Amino acid sequence: MASVKLDNIQKIYPNGFKAIHGVDVDVKDGEFLVLVGPSGCGKSTLLRMIAGLETVSGGELKIGDKIVNDLEPSKRDIAMVFQNYALYPHMTVYNNMAYGLKIMGLSKSEIDERVKNVAGILELTDEQLTRKPRQLSGGQRQRVAMGRAIVRKPSVFLFDEPLSNLDAKLRVQMRVEIKRLQASLGITSVYVTHDQVEAMTLGHRLMVLNEGVVEQLGTPIELYERPASLFVAEFIGSPSMNIMDAKIGAEGSSVDITKDISIAITSDKLSSYAGKGVKLGVRPEHLEFAEGDENALPLTVTLVEHLGADTLVHGHFGDDKTDMTVRRSGILKAVPGDQLPISITRNHIHLFDTNTSRRIDL
Amino acid sequence: MLKRVHFGPSALPYLLVLPQILVTVIFFMWPASQALYQSLLVEDPFGLSSKFVWFENFEDLFADPLYWGSFQRTFFFSFLVASLSMGSALLLAVMADRVVKGSGLYRTLLIWPYAVAPAAAGALWFFMFNPTLGILPYILQFMGYDWNHKVNGNEAMALVIFAAAWKQIAYNFLFFLAGLHSIPKSLIEAAAIDGAGPARRFVSIVFPLLSPTTFFLLVINVVYAFFETFGIVDAITSGGPANSTQILVYKVYNDGFVGLDLGGSAAQSVILMGIVIGLTVIQFKFVEKKVSYND
Repeated sequence: MASVKLDNIQKIYPNGFKAIHGVDVDVKDGEFLVLVGPSGCGKSTLLRMIAGLETVSGGELKIGDKIVNDLEPSKRDIAMVFQNYALYPHMTVYNNMAYGLKIMGLSKSEIDERVKNVAGILELTDEQLTRKPRQLSGGQRQRVAMGRAIVRKPSVFLFDEPLSNLDAKLRVQMRVEIKRLQASLGITSVYVTHDQVEAMTLGHRLMVLNEGVVEQLGTPIELYERPASLFVAEFIGSPSMNIMDAKIGAEGSSVDITKDISIAITSDKLSSYAGKGVKLGVRPEHLEFAEGDENALPLTVTLVEHLGADTLVHGHFGDDKTDMTVRRSGILKAVPGDQLPISITRNHIHLFDTNTSRRIDL
Repeated sequence: MLKRVHFGPSALPYLLVLPQILVTVIFFMWPASQALYQSLLVEDPFGLSSKFVWFENFEDLFADPLYWGSFQRTFFFSFLVASLSMGSALLLAVMADRVVKGSGLYRTLLIWPYAVAPAAAGALWFFMFNPTLGILPYILQFMGYDWNHKVNGNEAMALVIFAAAWKQIAYNFLFFLAGLHSIPKSLIEAAAIDGAGPARRFVSIVFPLLSPTTFFLLVINVVYAFFETFGIVDAITSGGPANSTQILVYKVYNDGFVGLDLGGSAAQSVILMGIVIGLTVIQFKFVEKKVSYND
């Protein structure tokens, strides 16, 4: 068990490209931190730096009380689960798990006990232990990769998109299993994914990265309820947040969406934005149909998607045909071409500065 | 699911394989059958008449201590050529794999020896080690060693082994390098995290994963050492001194075209063919079991 502390960690490649622009985070003992962001945002690089597979160009990296910047991966007391599992193809499942233990110099009986124990936790049968990785299904390989990490009893687990090679159903199943395992073992974990659903469901805290910069660090609920930037707002939540141009009224007490429709806001924070343009965000699930409300947006439906439990209505409004998605629970009978009145409530809006893309707190 | 694509009857596929079949028949099957037939004949010294003698040529061969000597020599030679050239090629490939800058140049240079014809390679080594004009005997002399492979059979053997192995290193290097490239990087990283140092990673991960390449090269190198080293031996030692470098393939030539014992020579080439077929079968049957192929 150990904490992982990143202090102004940077990665600069020899060609001068700066992949990580100074990341600070303190992963507490037993915490599950998820690094999330689009591909190329630097999340895997950051994880590989923690693992010791990439050099640290600047800053201080601590695992427990030890500065590990220049330590070999094997000296950091970590275990890693790779995206392609990286199982040794020529070894049996048993030997895959025992490999690290043999190098540690444990006795045969102790190795056997540990491997059998972990196989039991992961529900791998004795027969499966004698097989080669290629004879296993994707889900089983995933389990073996996890087993190889667990069996070493590391103080930190690192996961590099471990579920991205699985099909949708298995992914949900393994996600639950990883969460349960991490909770029961209580091992500090850092998990990299580009999938925001995985990030939201697994992490105690999430770190959203974009082009090597931390956009926001917080609990899933914090990120969902108070996204710190436009990027986070659009990245977290599915379908993603509707973003539209709006203008703050001359008195700073209203947000004007179109010439006729505006939302009244009583906040002194907006006075400096009076008369200026802002970005207005509202989540699809927070939009409501408001029959007879004259302050409602007239949405022209272009596409309807039935998910069963929910219905997604895509459409546009206004002269510049701003796109908007509405999510309602249940089955909604609407067809392209319909006009639906949509109301936006004061409590559910997010405002962002047009220039800095940062959140404007109300 | 259908395992094969089915086409209607057409002459086209037969036409397309015809050139390959013709080449095989004309340049392999026909000469091989000629050798088989020849091996059962005895010709008179002037080549005017021949007599069918059944297996007499083979009986003579097996009774000839010189032939058994050549037999042993060939196995010794092949074993050393294959292990020396594969060993050095593997070492070079592992090193080249670690080179980041200028790896293209490095690789190109290492591949060049393969483009040298066997006779030219032989001539090169012949001059380098020539006891009277060669640079290396000259250097060795300063170190107090008197090199003369024209007199010393062991030195002559060492020389042809080195030359033959050197010639094959480039080829082996190319395959080992490709093999190394095909090992996923994450496997090496996983082993590093598991605590294995570079040497241990090589022994327990890299080398086993290279085994398909190693096995392929073993077959190729053994065949090379048996058959294709003729040019090198001929250019450097011509089988001497006192037959000490007369490997089987050289003896086939020497007895047939120099000694004009065509029947005996044909019998030797039949045996040689049998040995290589046998060795390849053994390699596929026993060595291949130790090979682990990836998915």
